[in-house]
Amino acid sequence: MSVLTTNYLTPTGREEAWRFTPLKRLRGLHDGTSVQSDRSTLIAKDSLPTGVTFTRENLEPLAASDDVIIERIRSFSPSVAHLAIAANTEVSEPIFLGRTAGALDTAEFSRVRISLGTHAVATVIVENTTDTILAEDLEIALAPGSNLKLVTLQEFESKSVYTARHHAVVDKDATFKSVTVTVGGDVVRILPTVEFIAPGGSVDLLGVYFATAGQFFEHRMHVDHAVPHAKSNVNFKGALAGQGAHTVWIGDVLIRAAAEGTDTYELNRNLLLSDGARADSVPNLEIETGEIIGAGHASTTGRFDDEQLFYLMSRGIAMSDARRLVVRGFFNEIVLEIGNETVQNRIMDRIDNELEKAGNNV
Amino acid sequence: MSTLEIRGLQVSVNTDNGVVEILKGVDLTIKSGETHAIMGPNGSGKSTLAYSIAGHPKYTITGGSVTLDGADVLDMTVDERAKAGLFLAMQYPVEVPGVSVSNFLRTAATALRGEAPKLRTWVGEVKGAMEALNMDPSFAARNVNEGFSGGEKKRHEIMQLELLKPKMAILDETDSGLDVDALRIVSEGVNRAKAANNLGVILITHYTRILQYIKPDFVHVFANGRIVEQGGPELADKLEANGYADYVSK
Repeated sequence: MSVLTTNYLTPTGREEAWRFTPLKRLRGLHDGTSVQSDRSTLIAKDSLPTGVTFTRENLEPLAASDDVIIERIRSFSPSVAHLAIAANTEVSEPIFLGRTAGALDTAEFSRVRISLGTHAVATVIVENTTDTILAEDLEIALAPGSNLKLVTLQEFESKSVYTARHHAVVDKDATFKSVTVTVGGDVVRILPTVEFIAPGGSVDLLGVYFATAGQFFEHRMHVDHAVPHAKSNVNFKGALAGQGAHTVWIGDVLIRAAAEGTDTYELNRNLLLSDGARADSVPNLEIETGEIIGAGHASTTGRFDDEQLFYLMSRGIAMSDARRLVVRGFFNEIVLEIGNETVQNRIMDRIDNELEKAGNNV
Repeated sequence: MSTLEIRGLQVSVNTDNGVVEILKGVDLTIKSGETHAIMGPNGSGKSTLAYSIAGHPKYTITGGSVTLDGADVLDMTVDERAKAGLFLAMQYPVEVPGVSVSNFLRTAATALRGEAPKLRTWVGEVKGAMEALNMDPSFAARNVNEGFSGGEKKRHEIMQLELLKPKMAILDETDSGLDVDALRIVSEGVNRAKAANNLGVILITHYTRILQYIKPDFVHVFANGRIVEQGGPELADKLEANGYADYVSK
């Protein structure tokens, strides 16, 4: 980890950033053999409130990237789907972005910008659905004092491949909370990354994922504390069930020498619901100054707690229902952070379905 | 009228030092409306008896039988035992993160009654049960046993006893860790359940204190994995005076 390095070479799988990813299943996104379509599927689902615009424009990237797929996306097109929330605009209802139909024979390269003006407040929910090959460069610009909750829902169908960087640039006293939900797709690889460019910022990167047989879901954070007095909190929870289900969680947090007064904590918990599944979990904290408030990490991977199941069953609840309750309970604290009951219920139902599909093997 | 019959029950557990036999042939018959106090020193196997009847996977039944109205309890899964009418109030109730008390209770009631309780009457039922045990209404929104004090956990167990209406209840050291006020409130809950449902009770305890509030019909002294003496309430008075020394040395 540490300072970003420039490496635009095609990954071989030996690089740290790619060592877990099944490159052969990326449909050529990583080595340039994918066929790019010019489709642009991201749409605003409802009419937008005053002070909010969603337009296509040519924009320079907010921040450099050392990810080869991000570089390919940027060289493919300067056009960006830009959701802008004007300064001092407070949007109370969530803004929904969604996807029109994708395709599996060609890849979509998508550049997206979400920008909040000074003291703007908004919740944005992105619904990533359909069967598609999608590579996305999502950049989030938070002006001083702004506050964004960004919910991204990876509800793809089973053959989809999605690789993305969700990169937030956090200015003075801005607040960013992301809830990343990954429950569908063949391969999903998301880089939720954050850089603080002025003091006083506060970031929560939250996430849940549920991988069943054969699915590969990777979430690779990078939080760059380059300035003083910023706060970051990472909490990702995952469940796995079925042969070949594989999840990867990497939590890279860098506290640079200048970042005095940093307060950071990262947590990843995984629930292995069957044999044959694999959860990799690698917290990685690099600290270049001792003048901080706190820095910690924790990672746990476990199976069903027999005592919990016994307790529930001793009250007449059947084994399958007890398991469902425990899994729902496990995800509950983070799913609740979505803050929209319709979406929360849909995600919980999806999780129930995934668990049921994994069925008798768990 | 129900009868829980325990005959020659032998139970062992796997430990680091191999298989250890804990129950060495327990005989006990409980009928509806009866309260049986099982008293004994720590480590005598009282809790093992409770968990074995409820079906905890840690315990291996090596001999004997347990039947409820003739049905083979030991052949049932844990949830089937509850559906048959058995209830275990645990000494150390388990935390279930992210699952609210109200969701848990409704799921349990739905499972036991075979259909979801009607929302209107159910809300009243839960509210009433909580009020009767001096529990704050905010309790229903908390996660099951998570961050509960010792007293709150025990009240929650007895609230379930009142709501789920079993035929036979095993109370495993429900009195432990309770101050006098909490003990009285919890005991009143047990007595209400007895009166309302003609409940049969196995009351496992180390101390005689709770027997001032829940009057036993029979007292059994448990030592070294079996019942070593039986009698009426007067046996508890003898234990209060003499302790367990006589039985431990046997």
